[in-house]
Amino acid sequence: MATLVRTFAFAIIAAFAVGSARATEVPPPFALKSISVELPTSDRTFPYGPGVAVMDANCLICHSAGMVLNQPALSKTAWDGIVHKMVKVYKAPIEEADIATIVDYLTATKGAK
Amino acid sequence: MTASSAFSYPTTRRRLLGQASALGALSLVAPAWAEELANLGLPGGPSERPLTKAFPQKGEMILQRTRAPLLESPFEVFDKGVFTPNDQLFVRWHWAVIPTEIKVDTYRIAVRGHVKNELSLSLADLMSLPRVELAAVNQCSGNSRGFFEPRVAGGEWGNGAMGNAKWLGVRLKDVLDKAGVKDGAQCVRFGGLDEPMVEGAPKFTKSIAIDHARDGEVMLAFGMNGEQLPLLNGFPIRLIVPGWYSTYWVKMLNNIEVLDGPDDQFWTAKAYMIPDTPGANMKPGEKDVKMVPINRMVPRSFVTNFRGGERLRAGAPTPLRGIAFGGDAGVKAVEVSTDGGATWTQAKLGTDEGKYSFRQWSTQIEPAAGNLTVMVRCTNMNGLTQPATPNWNPSGFMRNVIETTHLPVA
Repeated sequence: MATLVRTFAFAIIAAFAVGSARATEVPPPFALKSISVELPTSDRTFPYGPGVAVMDANCLICHSAGMVLNQPALSKTAWDGIVHKMVKVYKAPIEEADIATIVDYLTATKGAK
Repeated sequence: MTASSAFSYPTTRRRLLGQASALGALSLVAPAWAEELANLGLPGGPSERPLTKAFPQKGEMILQRTRAPLLESPFEVFDKGVFTPNDQLFVRWHWAVIPTEIKVDTYRIAVRGHVKNELSLSLADLMSLPRVELAAVNQCSGNSRGFFEPRVAGGEWGNGAMGNAKWLGVRLKDVLDKAGVKDGAQCVRFGGLDEPMVEGAPKFTKSIAIDHARDGEVMLAFGMNGEQLPLLNGFPIRLIVPGWYSTYWVKMLNNIEVLDGPDDQFWTAKAYMIPDTPGANMKPGEKDVKMVPINRMVPRSFVTNFRGGERLRAGAPTPLRGIAFGGDAGVKAVEVSTDGGATWTQAKLGTDEGKYSFRQWSTQIEPAAGNLTVMVRCTNMNGLTQPATPNWNPSGFMRNVIETTHLPVA
């Protein structure tokens, strides 16, 4: 027991000498188990308003509605920038004609007052 | 608003099943399977989020987004100890194509690029390397983004996009040495099994400089608080970059690529950029600010045993406690002020679990009747102290203003 304690104390001193990572000489047993899980899906759609069908058809392809609905009130310029970023950077397959509808919907429902 | 709005506990209210009006209101903010709401107290709102236990291997979490999952730790969890339970450590995925089945026998990690011997490591290969265990805080770059004013777009987190765990694994340095890094290597890029939803969208990858990758601290973890990682936290292998923001901590790691030039891919070269200024601070609308990739964390501290608005008894000896972390260095001191920041008292520090860990602090007060404000600030071993005024940048990164908790005393 005394030897064990001494070894542990030495390990702590050694750990301080090299940083805070503690190296162990003999790896303790650690077995990984395969896993299979199911992720929940969201049943949320966008609140009713002009353009809601375009919102549901486009914005839910990559993410659930909560991402949009949890955003603060933002200006039309800000929403326009965000929607264009979704298309240009994240490659959201949104028809050019639908972009204005989406920006208008967002400005109406989540616009800065 | 000032720094005083920065701290807020989630508060919950029971879902009023059977009351049509309450159900109607809730359906606007929550999927049907979410049962209670947390209130994050975000300026201007919306502040309510569902609480959910619907995610595999996760306990009660604040639901920020179902797909791709963004789950926040309820703040109460940080009062229970310095290590965050695996089932309540926050979850953040960029893209929604996430494997839901992982077989440990066939899992492989490629080590390739500017190396002498490309490798395809099994988990057994990896686990045969010398092991290290390290306590380290895992914090989202945008933790507390919801408190930014003016508000900014993004994951609208409260303060719970952080957690602390004991990570067990192997050194990245040892893995790289096994492959043999060639002269002229500049950085190492990491990718996991997650994929974008649409073709042509940028796969999530991140890179760090070669010297950083070989510093002996960056590790590949297979253990988290003594258990394998929950799938949503990156099972079976997650990159651990101690002292750096979580964006670098690539989950379900299966690709390690040594580059002989800079990484020009989107997530490192263009995303996660901060102003190259003290505290990543700039003015809204300010132009021509030099931007750099986010990197080292900065100190933070929180009260954990009272939530704002909780009533204290006048003259009663009252324990105050919380957590602090130094960011990329250990906690040197935690100080508490109950007079609006005019005077500060040193708090007692709890067990030192290592320089990258949460550290508990505690003190005692005897509050007089009235409105008490408790401010807490951490100074790290590099001498960096939390600022009295909040930082601002367009992506809502690196918030670490001194937190203030308002407590009525009677």
